[in-house]
Amino acid sequence: MDNKEDLKKVVDQALAEQKVPHVKLKKIGAQKADVDKLTQPSKETRQEYWGKGLTYSAILLIIILVASIIGFIAVHGLATFTQNHVNVWHFLSSTDWDPGEGKNHVGALAMIVTSFAVTLLAAIVATPFAISVALFMTEYSSKKGSRFLQSVIELLVGIPSVVYGFLGLSIIVPFIRSVFGGTGFGILSATLVLFVMVLPTITSLTVDALKAVPNHYRQASAALGATHWQTIYKVVLRVATPRILTAVIFGMARAFGEALAVQMVIGNAVLMPYNLVSPAATLTSQLTSQMGNTVMGTLPNNALWSLALLLLIMALFFNFLVRLIGRKGQK
Amino acid sequence: MNPKTANKVATAGIYALVSIVVIILIGILGNILVSGVPHLSWHFLSSQASSFQAGGGVRDQLFNSVYLLILTMIISIPIALGAAIYLSEYAGDNWFTNLIRTTIEILSSLPSIVVGLFGYLLFVVQFNFGFSILAGALALTFFNLPTLTSNFEQAIDGVSQAQRDAGLALGLSNWKTIRGIVLPAALPGILTGLILSAGRIFGEAAALIYTAGQSGSTIDYANWNPFSPTSFLNVMRPAETLAVHIWKVNTEGIIPDATIVSAATSALLIIVVIVFNFGARALGNHLYRKLTAAKAS
Repeated sequence: MDNKEDLKKVVDQALAEQKVPHVKLKKIGAQKADVDKLTQPSKETRQEYWGKGLTYSAILLIIILVASIIGFIAVHGLATFTQNHVNVWHFLSSTDWDPGEGKNHVGALAMIVTSFAVTLLAAIVATPFAISVALFMTEYSSKKGSRFLQSVIELLVGIPSVVYGFLGLSIIVPFIRSVFGGTGFGILSATLVLFVMVLPTITSLTVDALKAVPNHYRQASAALGATHWQTIYKVVLRVATPRILTAVIFGMARAFGEALAVQMVIGNAVLMPYNLVSPAATLTSQLTSQMGNTVMGTLPNNALWSLALLLLIMALFFNFLVRLIGRKGQK
Repeated sequence: MNPKTANKVATAGIYALVSIVVIILIGILGNILVSGVPHLSWHFLSSQASSFQAGGGVRDQLFNSVYLLILTMIISIPIALGAAIYLSEYAGDNWFTNLIRTTIEILSSLPSIVVGLFGYLLFVVQFNFGFSILAGALALTFFNLPTLTSNFEQAIDGVSQAQRDAGLALGLSNWKTIRGIVLPAALPGILTGLILSAGRIFGEAAALIYTAGQSGSTIDYANWNPFSPTSFLNVMRPAETLAVHIWKVNTEGIIPDATIVSAATSALLIIVVIVFNFGARALGNHLYRKLTAAKAS
């Protein structure tokens, strides 16, 4: 091997040229130097390969996981249209939901409308509260009060969704029944439950948005003689708008995907909602209550998977919306 | 309206809305605790659930919740830690890192029922696990991974660059530096993140009803053989957790004391979550003080 001879020459030369002799190297002697070992990756390099490999495989696992979630749900969700030949437009626009009766009775419009209705209503009710709490925490309150509200919000996040559902069932539903009559189940109950559930999500993200507004904006506004509210309304909120919108969308995504709490209070009747207090069904509630009652591979089952696919697409859409706003906000 | 009046009106409005939120929270917590805690007895915690009579307990559900939590953590910690280390230490600023971040964001935005249905499709149906603790733990892992990863990443990012430089200056490899210096320094943050997500897992039900199942089998706490179908350690048996139990007695159950059982179970869940929340902070502070000799913040 020429290479090895070359290396030895280099080592010899280095030994001859060195001004302060290297004790260890002198003892070993250039001829005894193990060239094979020297040209191999060091212990450190091997550790590095090992570490990189480990972390890399964790990442790959996550990517494969997400790809297969999307893949599996898409394949099963599309089976309704490819195998059972349900018309996609019919699926999206008909309110006739009785998949056991055949392919002309697979219309999801009632559930789609209900899902959007509860999501939008919950967001509309929750946003003013969330912004107020966030403003109070960042612009009004002392540090102590702000920390108190922070733990209030963390507690609200921590309460499991079935507990919200149970509370809705035992407090909100009877209350609505006594005020509006009927069964008490319906969009209004679901909205009220979801309102409490999305409130902490929107609030904590809005707090982050308001904290990100530079303090000299507030000082500049105050220096111009603006009142506290004018500063908040005309400066702080304007600057924070893109991030507040993101917060609201995150809240909506949570409301749209919430299953059990909604399923417990909405009444689970696949009907087009004509008012806010009649029983209805959302995409998630229908999935939760019917998945166990259908047989894998049949039309009723495939139709449910199509609902799941719709949920997945909406989740991706909310994600996309957040990114879009984020990009606009940076400009 | 003149600006000064507007200012007063707006301030009053904000105070009013904030008080409503605080009242709602106090109402929720008060309601759960007042209606649930009186029914939390040793009998309730230590007896089996009944299917149609009053007076059942939640012994098996409580054990299942804890067991699922532990299994989920065992599976998800290595993956989340690996991903977090990659993202904070190795990832460059390129399209691949972007792809990873997008993927994790997507995973975190998926509704838990969708994740649960995927678990059902893959493990229960495709791999033929049936409704089982293992399928439930894997579904919970998927649900938990994004939060855990970003918690861990934040903890690791919080370690100062000087510590890494010191490790590299000693001639350690990057990996050795991470393992020997960065991870121990990030430990308080990592544990806090871990416990917070544990609270979330403990209360999760939507991902479980079609993976771990909605009914429990008879289990024997004296049978330590994990492969025996009646053993409490068997991971292939169907298992109902506390959160699923609340859902089930309220929607499909026929027991006469459903309200009492769910109130007590809710109280139990809330207490556990509150303990987790405060425990996480206390433990994080304690460890931080111990490891860094800093004064309590």
